[in-house]
Amino acid sequence: MFEYAPAPESRSVVDLKPSYGLFIDGTFVDPTDGGSFKSINPASEEVLAEVAEAGAQDVERAVRAARKAYDKVWGPMPGRDRAKYLYRIARLIQERSRELAVLESLDNGKPIRESRDVDLPLVAAHFFYYAGWADKLEHAGFGPNPRPIGVAAQVIPWNFPLLMLAWKIAPALAAGNTVVLKPAETTPLTALLFAEICQQADLPAGVVNILTGAGDTGRALVEHPGVDKVAFTGSTDVGRAIARSVAGTRKKLTLELGGKAANIVFDDAPIDQAVEGIVNGIFFNQGHVCCAGSRLLVQENVAERVLESLKRRMAQLRVGDPLDKNTDVGAINSAAQLERIRELSDAGSAEGAERWSPPCDLPDRGFWFAPTIFTGVTQAHRIAREEIFGPVLSVLTFRTPAEAVEKANNTPYGLSAGIWTDKGSRILWMADRLRAGVVWANTFNKFDPTSPFGGYKESGYGREGGRHGLEGYLNV
Amino acid sequence: MSERVAVRKTYKLFIGGKFPRSESGRSYLVQSSNVSLASRKDARDAVVAARAAVKGWAGATAYNRGQILYRAAEMLEGRREQFVALGIPGDEVDAAVDRWVWYAGWADKLAQVYGGANPVAGPYFNISAPEPTGVVAVVAPERPALLGLVSVIAPAIVSGNTVVVAASATEPLAAVTLAEVLATSDLPGGVVNILTGAITETAPTLAAHMDVNAIDLTGVTDAALATDLEVKAAENLKRVLRPAPADHDWSVDPGLDRMTALLETKTVWHPKGV
Amino acid sequence: MTATTTSARSELSELGRSETALRTFLHGLPGVDQVGAEQRAAQLGTRSIKTTAKAQAIDLAIRMVDLTTLEGADTPGKVRALAAKALRPDPADPSCPHVGAVCVYPAMVPYVAEVLRGSAVHLASVATAFPSGQAPLEIKLADTRAAVAAGADEIDMVINRGAFLAGRYKEVYDEIVATKEASGDAHLKVILETGELATYDNVRRASWLAMLAGGDFIKTSTGKVPIAATMPVSLVMLEAVRDFREATGRQVGVKPAGGIKTTKDAIKYLVMVNETVGPDWLDPDWFRFGASSLLNDLLMQRTKLTTGTYSGPDYFTLD
Repeated sequence: MFEYAPAPESRSVVDLKPSYGLFIDGTFVDPTDGGSFKSINPASEEVLAEVAEAGAQDVERAVRAARKAYDKVWGPMPGRDRAKYLYRIARLIQERSRELAVLESLDNGKPIRESRDVDLPLVAAHFFYYAGWADKLEHAGFGPNPRPIGVAAQVIPWNFPLLMLAWKIAPALAAGNTVVLKPAETTPLTALLFAEICQQADLPAGVVNILTGAGDTGRALVEHPGVDKVAFTGSTDVGRAIARSVAGTRKKLTLELGGKAANIVFDDAPIDQAVEGIVNGIFFNQGHVCCAGSRLLVQENVAERVLESLKRRMAQLRVGDPLDKNTDVGAINSAAQLERIRELSDAGSAEGAERWSPPCDLPDRGFWFAPTIFTGVTQAHRIAREEIFGPVLSVLTFRTPAEAVEKANNTPYGLSAGIWTDKGSRILWMADRLRAGVVWANTFNKFDPTSPFGGYKESGYGREGGRHGLEGYLNV
Repeated sequence: MSERVAVRKTYKLFIGGKFPRSESGRSYLVQSSNVSLASRKDARDAVVAARAAVKGWAGATAYNRGQILYRAAEMLEGRREQFVALGIPGDEVDAAVDRWVWYAGWADKLAQVYGGANPVAGPYFNISAPEPTGVVAVVAPERPALLGLVSVIAPAIVSGNTVVVAASATEPLAAVTLAEVLATSDLPGGVVNILTGAITETAPTLAAHMDVNAIDLTGVTDAALATDLEVKAAENLKRVLRPAPADHDWSVDPGLDRMTALLETKTVWHPKGV
Repeated sequence: MTATTTSARSELSELGRSETALRTFLHGLPGVDQVGAEQRAAQLGTRSIKTTAKAQAIDLAIRMVDLTTLEGADTPGKVRALAAKALRPDPADPSCPHVGAVCVYPAMVPYVAEVLRGSAVHLASVATAFPSGQAPLEIKLADTRAAVAAGADEIDMVINRGAFLAGRYKEVYDEIVATKEASGDAHLKVILETGELATYDNVRRASWLAMLAGGDFIKTSTGKVPIAATMPVSLVMLEAVRDFREATGRQVGVKPAGGIKTTKDAIKYLVMVNETVGPDWLDPDWFRFGASSLLNDLLMQRTKLTTGTYSGPDYFTLD
């Protein structure tokens, strides 16, 4: 046997402070009401740092700072200068990518291989891409004189903390808005390090404000009357609540919400790559991915073969220490999320689906869930309908392309879909019919700053990335 | 010789290409005519008709949609005098025809202007293309009765959406007459459905309906109602177009917003390899 | 072996009887998406193999080396020295294992055989008008028989790429069958020359063709064309031997050859073997590296691990 020795990435590159304040108007300040919470490492449950909890008065301060910066500095600033600040930020992120990657893995639980090879390169690329738009907005196809909206309230999730920050902040700033961003309560640390990068880049005070906190902070922020734009990525339920809360206001809203994507494998698929795509589709980032391919729709005449290959491949997944460079599947982000994954998985078993996981030793401390597949799943099972947001795949079968489309679309969500077949005309036929904002054909879970991302139906509205991503931050 | 007694017209709803009376059997007197007073059930029936029409209309080629919309403009032009007889100024009818033709031409250009290839950093073909969002509920502006109506219907359907329109409550005759134009223009039944009657009765049903993908509140003038409709629309995360300002000038170039607000962007990736 | 694989095996053995059956079968194999295969190979290349795992991997890699010289300038003296090195790669360290085999041209086989006699190091010889294979079949078979007669216990043959690319699969098949027969008890490694096959689909088809015809090993390259072994090509071949064993119960070995020069490269391959076909192939009987300069780098890294200091080329023999 060839056993890989532990290959841990060094933590020493990260210099964590014991506690962090709120980043308002260019400086770190204590919260007005003095509240705080702890951010822990989900792989060990150790406390990483104590983080301030922003209350209503802090939201007020931050929105006021953002407004002032919008009116006095960032709004009037020529696009070419905004661009230079964004380029600076992009470069600083590249320079400090190792530090950011390690901190992301510590706070989130994702494998260092992913934070290093996926998250951080995409974060830097996102700032780099939108930096270039800042002085070209009149050429973006939204009319001759596109104007920024004003102050953007941005609330992001814990699954890709820094990447979601980049998706929110880069286009907002490029378009000339200022922002108040609230990272998720379980993963606030890279956003705070990003605040330091803003300082390092000499970004004018108030252009970016970071408020840490939980649901109440987020609610106070999006409901603040001084906010002109709300951007949210997270669960469909919270998205719905936000959509209600902005009703009757002039706040512009974009939402990137949940999904239950079908990954459709035809009998003529390149099987080995399809299996990789299935694995990447559902086990990438522990399945904490809104566009995860959480429903495998496999053509019945090839189902047995695909499942055999899939199980063999799953047995190679290395679950464990997120900082080990050879880890493929890290820790579940929180106890609460683990509980939700367990509950839905138990429902899958109770409803009669067949559950399988490869043999794997899970660490004693921290939050862990073995990669799991359910076979014999039908559209009526909860695990085929509800977003699990974990490393759990539901396997369904189909007989014809039309049936595949029907099953794929039979969900209130519409974020992404996958198609695996060697037949080009079938790909295009399927892609036309799938009601999803991103369709990956013979690949899955690919992201790029130039490529618009966002959902149909209850997966939200608006697009992030690409030229389209500017639209949500411009008055056009 | 006695004077000829005129044959009067009955103004009915327009649902699924047919002209039914309200299932409730009610009508209301407006513009000196009895006009159907649509019920909640009528609104639901209209959504069913609109949904049934999506597949064919969204699936038609853009060229075909453009041709059909242009045909509708021809028919509209042909009925110019009929609209004038309803009290609509000739200039407004002309503007409505021109607007309709303008939008008709967008059918096979929208995807080129609003979509395109994305230069991703990898060996992938990547393209974004707009698609219709599906069934759109529209609260048409009270006035201008014809130009306002055309300005909200045409941008919604040109991309392949189907609509359920709550017509102007105070000046519904133009809407019913437009329905007659559309019924004779090769437009498949169900693509445009028109409800006359009280907005307060139909719009909340449409806003709350889970099989409606978007709602255009352009014609809602009561702020509290608009808020209520937007709250209802949040239930299935409908795309929402907020009410137009009271002083909105319908004669100016409308831009792309009304079309793009009712589009979804689909991005397709495929590896490039041998 | 289960009843299913037995019957599958006998069905597959019938394929070689007809051009149509062969074509239908080979073209019915699942396609390979180039981008996906290359990404998977690259991802496997990011594994970090350190300390004990690295030491273990280096020794395994040394045991898997087919220490090769295939030059017009090869002489008895040159190949004898190479054979001596194969037996004792690191004269300073008796714990260093010997390599898997020595690989030479048929004319050089007798000289190597003298040195290796009585050892566990195999003697491989390229044959069949290596590297182009552009000779009449009878000559290629005679070449093979001569190598075996001179003492080779492994034959590295080349397939007829021209016939393969022209779609004359039966011709390729028949040549492999004939060479296998001419090889007698010697193990037959079938060189696909993947650099000339151009697509991964072709690599998969050629792999299956070679296995169906009775090859004991499939090998990537002659080392004589610009593109030699690559990770993705080897990945596709590993998937083929995995699937072939599943279908027939027979295990076939894999030998990437050419271009593998560093310990880091070799370890990437071992990781790929480990995670694609598993421990059954992590053995010199089932996986080899066709290489020459690789050995010295493995030895340098091995010394580094045992002594803690980085060594230099002067401390390792140059044969």
